[in-house]
Amino acid sequence: MFETPADVMRAAEKVREAGYKFWDVHSPFPIHGIDRAMGTKRSKVPRISLAGGITGFCTGMAMIWYTDAFAYRLTVGGKPFFSPLFAFPVSYELTILFTAFATIIGMFILNGLPMHYHPVLKYPDIDRATNDLFYIVIESRDPKFNPQATRALLADLGGQAITELEE
Amino acid sequence: MAHVEETSAETPAVLAEVAPAHLPRAPMVANNRSFAWISDKICGIAEEKTPVWWWWCFAVACFVASFTVFGITYEVSTGIGVWGHRSPINWGWPIVNFVFWIGIGHAGTLISAILCLLRQKWRTSINRSAEAMTIFAVVCAGIFPVFHVGRVWNAWFLFPIPNSNMIWQNFRSPLEWDVFAVSTYGTVSVLFWYVGMIPDLATLRDRAVIKWRQIFYGVLAMGWRNSSRHWSNYEMAYLILAGIATPLVLSVHTIVSFDFAVSLIPGWHTTIFPPYFVAGAIFSGFGMVLTLILPLRAVYKLDDLVTQYHIDCMCKITLATGSMVGYAYAMEFFIAWYGANPNEGFTFINRAFGPYAWAYWIMISCNVITPQLFWFKKVRQNIPLVWILSIFVNVGMWFERFVIICTSLTRDFLPSSWGYLSPTITDVFTFFGTFGVFSTLFLLFIRFLPIMAIAELKAVTPQADPHAGHDQH
Repeated sequence: MFETPADVMRAAEKVREAGYKFWDVHSPFPIHGIDRAMGTKRSKVPRISLAGGITGFCTGMAMIWYTDAFAYRLTVGGKPFFSPLFAFPVSYELTILFTAFATIIGMFILNGLPMHYHPVLKYPDIDRATNDLFYIVIESRDPKFNPQATRALLADLGGQAITELEE
Repeated sequence: MAHVEETSAETPAVLAEVAPAHLPRAPMVANNRSFAWISDKICGIAEEKTPVWWWWCFAVACFVASFTVFGITYEVSTGIGVWGHRSPINWGWPIVNFVFWIGIGHAGTLISAILCLLRQKWRTSINRSAEAMTIFAVVCAGIFPVFHVGRVWNAWFLFPIPNSNMIWQNFRSPLEWDVFAVSTYGTVSVLFWYVGMIPDLATLRDRAVIKWRQIFYGVLAMGWRNSSRHWSNYEMAYLILAGIATPLVLSVHTIVSFDFAVSLIPGWHTTIFPPYFVAGAIFSGFGMVLTLILPLRAVYKLDDLVTQYHIDCMCKITLATGSMVGYAYAMEFFIAWYGANPNEGFTFINRAFGPYAWAYWIMISCNVITPQLFWFKKVRQNIPLVWILSIFVNVGMWFERFVIICTSLTRDFLPSSWGYLSPTITDVFTFFGTFGVFSTLFLLFIRFLPIMAIAELKAVTPQADPHAGHDQH
């Protein structure tokens, strides 16, 4: 447990340098620059969003072609049965709609949410991590994990109230 | 602050003589409040015992909302004729109200999306309630076109749902584009609002002591645990949502304006409509944001979170968009004259001096003159006055849509088919009731959900900067 963003940031850099892989920082808000300190890679959410957007645009165009130019050809004001121009506004809206859903679903899948059961959530002082304190959690499945050494490392970095959580 | 020192170290020659001015920035959270204070303040609003004033307001809001319920029931059971529609005007109050409410919503998305992309940090204390306003405004807006179709039990036919008649929608019509624009807008606004709320719902979950609150917020928070690896994906997702909500908000009112501009009616068939409608929408929305935020700030003593700086910013945006709207009014007149189309020219003279001149001049005084007062710092610092002016903006923007719809439709090409629209009591009550619907939803939001983005507010406080850290204390 750390009291300021600067402390947890320095500690995170050291934990990364110590070679841990399965560990995390819990903070009440996203700390600017923590990704670099932790060595987290750039988020993959944009790829999912792009796929969603392309799907949405194609769905719009295909739907309008099918309904107005194939299944139900109705002459209205001498306008063509299909043109990408009049199909554009609806396809544009569907692009945005599908992108939004893809982004959110992608974010949930990448984060493994919803997960209502997690050792961190059983920690009695978790309410401080969603309020005003900063925590580093190192998982026991990490190949470098060693109860004594890990505890010593965290204590060395200035961590307070170091606790072992049960799975 | 750190940047000033760095630059002075790199460029010593000139800066040694002329010390760079230290321009203090207004802090986003006044009085150097701690993280815990912010959590306690915002969560406390949802956690405290329901205040007595809330029950009174809720009762009044429900009563007002019942006007819409009765109005709609009467309309559905009797027929569309109970609204004052008759030839030549079949787009009376319901469409005015629809455009009015959907425009209100736009400020919420502007604050949450466009200001997020522009890194305007002052948005953090008002974005949550503005987004809630957007959603509730879209709900109120949606009522009107759905019931205006007449046989509301057939309203599902607005959407391309396979049916046994093998009939499909006409996608060449801007009205069909509008169906997609508004339903996408409503859906994306809800998603954006909800995603922004997840970390704060987790805060409320962890603070909850009562079982039902733990379950309610726990389910909504999706097991969020403030992990930095999660924050990384979350921030990216939020940025993308802001990125797509920006073209969305601009497109929605553009498409609403297509309902008018793609027709051939004089006064409607103009290319200025899309930008002019978007500016008007943001203008009216900021009017409504001010109308809502200022009482909320007073009741819950949120002066440290919604500072004078925030109010200044909102007033200035109202001023900017109000001036754009005023410019558009002038430009419409110019184009009507310059275009040399006699029908177009007549429409605009008729607007200002015809039977609806009273509505036109209410519109001009509320939308063009009122915002100009925000040039003065004294006005912006006078909170009750700002609130009153924001009401004028709301009134003015309703009249703008009224003027556009009524003047053009009642007097179009053939003088033999001219008319005058008078609303029925059902029209008036149904519209009046939507303010109750809106208030009821907003009061429930205040009572049960975090009214400000707690995590985002913490991130803009000075002590959240990992590079400032200890120096600040």
